[in-house]
Amino acid sequence: MEWKNRSDVLIIGGGIVGIATAYYLAKFGRKDVTVIEKSTVCNGSTGRCGAGIRAQWGTEMNCRLGIAALDIFESLEEELGMDIGLNQGGYLLVAYSDKEFENLKKGMALQNSLGIKSRAVSLSEAREICPALDASDAAGFTYHARDGHADPFLTTFAFLEAAKKLGVTYHKNTECTGVTVKGGRAVGADTSRGHMDADIVINCSGAYSQIVAGFAGVDLPNWGERHEIMITEPVDGGVCPPMLMSFSGNYYIQQRPHGSIICGMSPAGHPQDFTNRTTWQFVTEMSRVLNKLLPVTKEIRVVRHWAGLYDMTPDGSPIIGETDVKNFYHSTGYSGHGFMLAPIAGKVLAQQLTGNVPDIDLSMLDYRRFARGELILEPNIT
Amino acid sequence: MSCAENDKKIVVCRCEEITLDEIRLWIDRGCETVGELRRVLRVGMGPCQGRGCQDIIMRELSRRIGVPIDQIEAGTVRAPVKPIKTGLLASEGGVEAWSGKTGQTS
Repeated sequence: MEWKNRSDVLIIGGGIVGIATAYYLAKFGRKDVTVIEKSTVCNGSTGRCGAGIRAQWGTEMNCRLGIAALDIFESLEEELGMDIGLNQGGYLLVAYSDKEFENLKKGMALQNSLGIKSRAVSLSEAREICPALDASDAAGFTYHARDGHADPFLTTFAFLEAAKKLGVTYHKNTECTGVTVKGGRAVGADTSRGHMDADIVINCSGAYSQIVAGFAGVDLPNWGERHEIMITEPVDGGVCPPMLMSFSGNYYIQQRPHGSIICGMSPAGHPQDFTNRTTWQFVTEMSRVLNKLLPVTKEIRVVRHWAGLYDMTPDGSPIIGETDVKNFYHSTGYSGHGFMLAPIAGKVLAQQLTGNVPDIDLSMLDYRRFARGELILEPNIT
Repeated sequence: MSCAENDKKIVVCRCEEITLDEIRLWIDRGCETVGELRRVLRVGMGPCQGRGCQDIIMRELSRRIGVPIDQIEAGTVRAPVKPIKTGLLASEGGVEAWSGKTGQTS
């Protein structure tokens, strides 16, 4: 794709967040949009994530975003004209103490009040949902049938192909090396392929957002946290149809429609990291957790193991909106949930930037909340 | 039978059952490396991890893009390299060193 020196909107980051935002901007009429990606589409966190999508959240903002995102995911294949690998096997959340179960039920009451039809289920019903489950030590479960899984690659590619058809320009292997600020306004960016003037610059660079924000002198309190994840060979279905997840148990496990089982857990100490290295300790511990919950998996083989970065914020909630530098926007800090929230976040930010009424008021996700001490602490994350 | 029809019947990646036709389609859509093709097609992502197909894919990339094969980026080799049963992995190590014991959340 030929390089041009100007674009109405320049988006930094070719993951799901940047590409979904570009698609919606073009859909709502702002067609002169360029996306730059330092590597290739989905090379960062999007292509390394667990691929879950859910509405079972513990804060009102995340619940609203989560259910609105599910609405979009359910109509996305039709809208974009390509397969996104949608598979709604539900999320089955597992509590291991009465206190944790009470917390899950508190979240469930909030979800129900917002139209999310999550419910508490018994052990026997949990086994109907997840036949291979051995969780006799669990204190309780909640379940939401519309939660599930979509393919991060297929979804992002579907957004990208649709965005291109609407006139969006996409440059891979193009790294942002500076953000140009004049008179307190962002007016473009420097890249490894040259300078580009832009009326609006949007930072969608995930775990690297702090670096890009720093180019414009904006201090963004986010960081990369390395997580590891593994996948098994494909086996017959029915091992773990829902996303089986526990916050205290520290795991998420799901069998993909393809038959392989994908599973991950959070690292000790939540290390700040920008490398995607993997460790032997992860596969051994993850295997133990997997075998205990789903004994049938003992005979199933691991074929791949990789790492990716959560783009963390101090409260685990995203950072969306304009900064102190005018026309310099952020959509980042999804803290491990960028894939599942990106469709709605991209849509709403695009609505704001095209003079449309946003589906959801995102003003509380302004990054200045940290300085004001107004944290939006999300309890439902691993 | 035309070449294009024939391409639909030639399975390049046997683990994931990906045909030559699908690989050519995605190269034409802009994929230039094995990694990019893996992301969209899962080629080389199955139990054999590309042992059977990676050379064929790289040759196809080279021909179609017009770049010498030694300049085509191969896929990342991922642990555990050969598939290993989780039951065997679970018996290794003894400490919960990675997660710092279950029960921790952020």
